[in-house]
Amino acid sequence: MSEISGKIDDKSSPSGVIGWVDERLPILSFVRNHLTHYYTPKNFNFWYFFGSLAFLILFLQIFTGIFLAMHYKPDAKLAFDSVEFIMRDVNLGWLIRYMHSTGASAFFVVVYLHMFRALMYGSFKKPRELIWLFGVFIYLALMAEAFMGYLLPWGQMSYWGAQVIINLFTTIPFIGQELGIWIRGDFAISDPTLTRFFALHIVAVPMVILLLVILHLAALHTVGSNNPDGVEIKKHKDENGVPLDGIPFHPYYTVKDFVGIGVFLFLFALTVFFIPEMGGYFLEHANFIPANPLVTPDHIAPVWYFTPFYSILRAIPDPAYGALAMAMSIVVLFFMPWIDSNPIKSIRYRSMLFRINLFVFVIGFLILGYLGVKAPTPLYSALALRFSEMYFIFFALLYFYSSARGNLYSYIFTGAIVFLIAIYDVARITSDNYISVLIGLASVCIFIMFMTLTPLFSNLNKEKQVPDRITG
Amino acid sequence: MIKKNIFILLFLVIVNSVSYAASQKSELAEKYKAINNINNKASLQRGAKYFVNYCSGCHSLKYMRMSTLAEDLNIEEVVFSQNLLFSNKKIGETMTIPMSESDAILWFNAIPPDLSLTARSKGPDYIYSKLNTYYEDDSSPTGFNNIALPNTSMPNILAGLQGGQKLELDDKNNPVGFIKISKGTHNDLEYKQLTNDITNFLVYVSEPAKLRRYSMGFWVLMFIFIFTIIAYYTKKEFWKDVH
Repeated sequence: MSEISGKIDDKSSPSGVIGWVDERLPILSFVRNHLTHYYTPKNFNFWYFFGSLAFLILFLQIFTGIFLAMHYKPDAKLAFDSVEFIMRDVNLGWLIRYMHSTGASAFFVVVYLHMFRALMYGSFKKPRELIWLFGVFIYLALMAEAFMGYLLPWGQMSYWGAQVIINLFTTIPFIGQELGIWIRGDFAISDPTLTRFFALHIVAVPMVILLLVILHLAALHTVGSNNPDGVEIKKHKDENGVPLDGIPFHPYYTVKDFVGIGVFLFLFALTVFFIPEMGGYFLEHANFIPANPLVTPDHIAPVWYFTPFYSILRAIPDPAYGALAMAMSIVVLFFMPWIDSNPIKSIRYRSMLFRINLFVFVIGFLILGYLGVKAPTPLYSALALRFSEMYFIFFALLYFYSSARGNLYSYIFTGAIVFLIAIYDVARITSDNYISVLIGLASVCIFIMFMTLTPLFSNLNKEKQVPDRITG
Repeated sequence: MIKKNIFILLFLVIVNSVSYAASQKSELAEKYKAINNINNKASLQRGAKYFVNYCSGCHSLKYMRMSTLAEDLNIEEVVFSQNLLFSNKKIGETMTIPMSESDAILWFNAIPPDLSLTARSKGPDYIYSKLNTYYEDDSSPTGFNNIALPNTSMPNILAGLQGGQKLELDDKNNPVGFIKISKGTHNDLEYKQLTNDITNFLVYVSEPAKLRRYSMGFWVLMFIFIFTIIAYYTKKEFWKDVH
């Protein structure tokens, strides 16, 4: 205690109420250590708004969620009606509900951009591995939270979307069926499923998310923020121990974040007030029909933020392997800090091939998202399979670019991936589909060979000199 | 084992999300597009009148509170009570109907759906084309069939207004249009106007908040816009000394 308060200058030591409290609870040293004397790189750009925005949305969701919970009735017979009651008869209920439903989508928009920032600037790399791990756990918890929340309106899409996801668990060998019953609390999705999802959605998962956010921020404040140059500002300090390229978080980034919050809230309000359904992507049309276990909707599409993974699930016809591929596509994120161990953090100083890889990955992820919304046709299914392969190839290539690779290594690495993909194609090729299989296989293989073999003949994989200090 | 197979089958049905019905959507039904403007109070009032007169015998609007309706459509409560209220209802109640489900099954072999949210789940164009694409069909128990909802159990309530029409087929037996066979009380244009008013009314009913959220949204956006400008210049001022 004395050590912490010792950090504060004697002359600024407050008296009165604040002083009284500070002697018993270190509020001033907390503000000092985490705001006014927490040094952050001075070169944050646009991409650094999304952390604070995610924080804002989290509290927006909790706030609107509390008011929704006052009027919502978690009962299979009453749930749908109570949501319409909120929309029509509760004062400003429609606003609260649209803020909550739009907030869910906004949360994922912001979190995806936040994760993309980490990929671009290598923010998951040493010494920030734990920040990344907590982040992926937050993302997982967020998916669970969104999925459970989507069941609560008890519409057709709530019901059948939940059916699809819970059936994923039933594909697990041996324990799958029992696990499904355990999750649902019944042989089919019904009242017990709704009530337990309600409990988990409004109590359990939010607490987990809050805890993870605290850990995420604590880990961040221990090592400090990365920045678009990917250099450590703590390496160069002045005589007082203040990083030369650092500025106090408050007031500099607090005032800056308010600009980001303003722009975000403008877009958010635009959606809430003028296009809350977002053409059926934020609120699906079929969800305005009460859940009916006897009528399967024509087309079941999950909400947009799950569709890339849904595409990966559908890409493999066998449900168990599809579910496994989908699970792997998320599990692989946990290993990012060890997959990409290239010491250069920022995309600014990494090679052209790294940039192409990241660009192709983002485009592929968006295409997977689009395909997940659509009903599968032979063409769409073929594309979904190829872009699912590309999703995993991204990580393989990141590993490949971790350090300089020799001739033999490059050829073996390329051969191994091509072999893995080809062997799956050989297993499923028939006289009907051989054209599309061969075209798809050839495209993916050409991409891999371009990405792994060109470094042997060109300087496409040449990295730039990382500056010693922040460039501006 | 059977149970497992059923689960896998169910899974496949869901995962493949067969959009069979979507592919069957008739081009003829797609031709009917409603023109919606929920700010047209006169249209909403007419729509409410037609709905109460022609539709509310069978179709409820169980989420629509009548006092809200009267207020939003600028109908005075006295006028509303005299013209649009069922005898035993109070204005603070919602627009449920007295017909029981068992009677409905007996009379129509189906329960007429509640229409509170149809404009949101199926879209206004569906309602509009359903009301416009009835045709006479002797093979149907009601004597009528419909393009937007084939083999509908709903009789053509508005036949007297629209007049009778038969389906016009091309040489491949695809429906391409309708042939008038008897006159109704309304001409084509008047009938389209009437069905459009009903559609417009149901669009309002599906989300009464829509009337409020546009105007409120404008002021919220204005506020945020000014806030952002102030925030921007504050940031600029604070960052002057950062190089």
